[in-house]
Amino acid sequence: MAIVEAKEISHVALSLREQLPALQIVIPLVAAPLLVFLGTRRLTWAITFIASALAFAVSIALLWQVKDGGFLSYRLGGWAPPLGIEYRVDAANAFVLFLISGISTVILLFAYDSVKAEIAARHHTLFYASYLLCLTGLLGLVITGDAFNAFVFLEISSLSTYALISAGAGRDKRALTAAYDYLVMGTIGATFFVIGLGFLYAATGTLNMADLAERIADQGASRTVQTAFAFIIVGIGMKAAIYPLHLWLPNAYTYAPSAVTAFLAATATKAAIFVVLRFSFSVFQPQFTFESLTFEFVVLPLALLAMFAASFIAIFQTDLKRMLAYSSLAQIGYMLLGIALLTETGLTATIVNLFNHGITKALLFMGVGALVLRTNSSFLYRIQGMGRVMPLTAAAMVVGGLSLIGVPGTAGFISKWMLVQAALEKGWWPIAILVVLSSLLAVMYIWRMIEILYLSSPVVGADKREAPMTMIIPMWIMAGAVIYFGLATDITIGAAETAAQGLLAGTTGMVETVQSATQAGK
Amino acid sequence: MDTTTAIFLSMLIPAGATLTNILFKDYENLRDSLTFAAAIATFGVVLTILWNEGNGTTEAVALFEILPGIDIAFNVEPLGLLFAIVASGLWIVTHVYGLGYMRGNNEKHHARFFACFSFAIASVMGIAFAANMFTLFLFYELLTLSTYPLVAHKGTPEAIRGARTYMGILMGTSIGLQLVAIIWTWVLAGTLDFTLGGILAGKISGPMVAVLLALYAFGIGKAALMPFHRWLPAAMVAPTPVSALLHAVAVVKAGVFTMLKVGVYIFGIDFLAETGASLWLMWLAAFTIIASSVIAITKDNLKARLAYSTISQLSYITLGMALATSMGVLGGGLQIAMHAMGKITLFMCAGSIYVATHKTNVSQMTGLGRVMPITFGAFLIGALSIIGLPPLGGSWSKWLLIMGAADTGQWVMIGVLMLSSLLNVFYMLPIVARGFFLTDPENTGPVSEAPWLCWFPPALTAFGTIVLFFYAGTIVEFLSPIAGGA
Repeated sequence: MAIVEAKEISHVALSLREQLPALQIVIPLVAAPLLVFLGTRRLTWAITFIASALAFAVSIALLWQVKDGGFLSYRLGGWAPPLGIEYRVDAANAFVLFLISGISTVILLFAYDSVKAEIAARHHTLFYASYLLCLTGLLGLVITGDAFNAFVFLEISSLSTYALISAGAGRDKRALTAAYDYLVMGTIGATFFVIGLGFLYAATGTLNMADLAERIADQGASRTVQTAFAFIIVGIGMKAAIYPLHLWLPNAYTYAPSAVTAFLAATATKAAIFVVLRFSFSVFQPQFTFESLTFEFVVLPLALLAMFAASFIAIFQTDLKRMLAYSSLAQIGYMLLGIALLTETGLTATIVNLFNHGITKALLFMGVGALVLRTNSSFLYRIQGMGRVMPLTAAAMVVGGLSLIGVPGTAGFISKWMLVQAALEKGWWPIAILVVLSSLLAVMYIWRMIEILYLSSPVVGADKREAPMTMIIPMWIMAGAVIYFGLATDITIGAAETAAQGLLAGTTGMVETVQSATQAGK
Repeated sequence: MDTTTAIFLSMLIPAGATLTNILFKDYENLRDSLTFAAAIATFGVVLTILWNEGNGTTEAVALFEILPGIDIAFNVEPLGLLFAIVASGLWIVTHVYGLGYMRGNNEKHHARFFACFSFAIASVMGIAFAANMFTLFLFYELLTLSTYPLVAHKGTPEAIRGARTYMGILMGTSIGLQLVAIIWTWVLAGTLDFTLGGILAGKISGPMVAVLLALYAFGIGKAALMPFHRWLPAAMVAPTPVSALLHAVAVVKAGVFTMLKVGVYIFGIDFLAETGASLWLMWLAAFTIIASSVIAITKDNLKARLAYSTISQLSYITLGMALATSMGVLGGGLQIAMHAMGKITLFMCAGSIYVATHKTNVSQMTGLGRVMPITFGAFLIGALSIIGLPPLGGSWSKWLLIMGAADTGQWVMIGVLMLSSLLNVFYMLPIVARGFFLTDPENTGPVSEAPWLCWFPPALTAFGTIVLFFYAGTIVEFLSPIAGGA
């Protein structure tokens, strides 16, 4: 895929390292059709797992190179930006790549038994192919430095997600309507996104993000640019389930196969939030009044509303998956709040929360998946008392629940701490108080889950056995990560701070990329 | 053994006991003996620290950095060491008592019970030796979490409701208020290390000092300051050994201990005295003392009555801190030890009565003193110590608090303390009098003392309150560095 200029071929052919940004996308992208061509059911899972694990390894290598600042610019097909498509890896997106591919790999371990139980065997090959395409789309969305390319990857991830959600139809037919709802809303979102890009192209004549940033900075906030901003934020906001564009999410999460829910909850909205960050801080600049006003008077109230409304709704859910879905909406509120503060600590909080909430939700949804495997339902009355017969699963879920509440010693606490600190630093103490108050709502719904798991007796008909090891191990990997990143934060906060600084430096980093790329014309 | 090792061992040994309880859950005697050995060892380790450091304050030992500039760190200082000695010493007694109670009462899930119990002790050690507010908060929350299964132990709807209140108030106040206070302190001062004289002087002024103090005072829900006291009576559904250790010693004392730490090491007594920020807290503590004593009189359920008595007695310590004078702080510190010894006696007696007769209400206990003389004798001594009569330990802490109130010219507070003692007489002594002097034909038959594992520990702690009377001076001397004294 990566054809490089003739002069460089000998050099590049030797250095795998320089091809890493492309490999990040190419590996899962190639593996997906490979699955379908081979058509062997036996190898399907193994190939998927290997592809995801390789992508994870690549992301670690990438993160390693950029963790202290700086960036890698990769010219796809050897075409120099701004004309060619550029992949641009900096601390911010390397961190998100690491999150997405890491979670995908762990969840695939879990998926082995979960998918077997929830999806008919004849669909497995296509299911895993969709999974890999979804992974490709999300990784691409994050890694690309080209606005239109971002749209392409957005569509790849969305289309494959529709397929993944509808795979839940084997267990509950409502998965089909959930997928259809998401299809309609996702398409509207993608259309808004591409309309916004159209406006941007009309105003600047370019689609490379760095180039866009430079030209927007030069020409100022024209009406076209403002319109473009509105369309793009609404469009991607649909994918990120920003309140009130979230209507697709609860049903999609509830009826999708458990492994898919775990994967989507931990990665899809996170990738979209990252795109919001990328556009708000790298392409447009928060110095533009229209943008800072949008954040202060539109995004901030919506974020607060999401934190409270979604948490409140979560308390009354009777289905554990749906409860956690609403909790995700509330968490997206936290992330937007960090962005809306428009400070370095605020952005750090958002990026840290992106990561911490990702691993927490992956853990919780895997736990639900294990319960579904044994009780065949995620309704609270069906899973009651399962904590006694599935102690390892339930204990892992308690760890995840505590992290959602933000108990010290868990990853969720770090996010909450950073967010409250950011609000207090800015002197917005009512916001700080609202953040902690809303986490008290989390205490209520999580405690409901814990009481139901432990303090009642299992219903008749439940399979009273612990989940298989293929589920216990990935759950406890995540539970370990939740505790580890709650105590040792050099990786998370370090990367998030570098990322936040890079984002707030706004165009400078981006502009330099273009310059160095043009100079390095060789 | 050097002090650093000892600090870590004091947490690791109880945590290890949690593990052995889970691993050997089907070997009753092995499991319980190992826990007993762990209790002895923990106490020994804490005494080693006392031997090494006396009442000195050591440098903080950082384990690792959790956020930039905030470490998980531990050190030894007199107040924490006193708390650790009290908690680990009484763990031994309560474990023995717990064995008698759990077995004599045919309670279920012993392994889970003792596992959580041990973990709670490990958390208490973490609180006692925390070198900064963050570390303390971490273990404070662990203590809440590890005691939740103990409160919900019976699994009855009543227990679940009680445990929910317990969890809701403790978790709610700590995350909703205390965490905000801690982060605010961090933003203001740039540090959370416990420093004698406080870290806030010059960083904050005016009415905001009182607001920050309020966030702490209400945020430390374990101190049971009104109106966040409901969890304490709610938690009384727990088996009595839990009430005895956790709600007379570990949990509530962790609360007031945190309160004292915040007063002495975060704000600094002088800073509080200068700004007068703690005056409102003093009045609130006084109100809590009187109001909960009055409520205690109305309670017929013995454990509920003791619970309200605890709320009242805890506020003595908050009051001592809020007086913002060295005598008050010393009195508060002393009260931690004195009240622990007295109240654990009372709770264990209540448990013994329950094991022997399955009676929980005061009105049913007529004449029981005659058939259970040791239990009721111990109860009398514990009650007198709580009231504050010499020659029992409780008299000294009250004495110091009155001195502190006199120092600052808060004459009303002296009246409050006196009135409270009077109210204590009202709700404590009728229980004993009813037991010894009245007769009820129903309570004379086959009733006798509970198994010796149940009556011996309270007898021991009752004796302890007498011993403490004579060693109060030593403890005050020991604590003097925190009051800035010699």
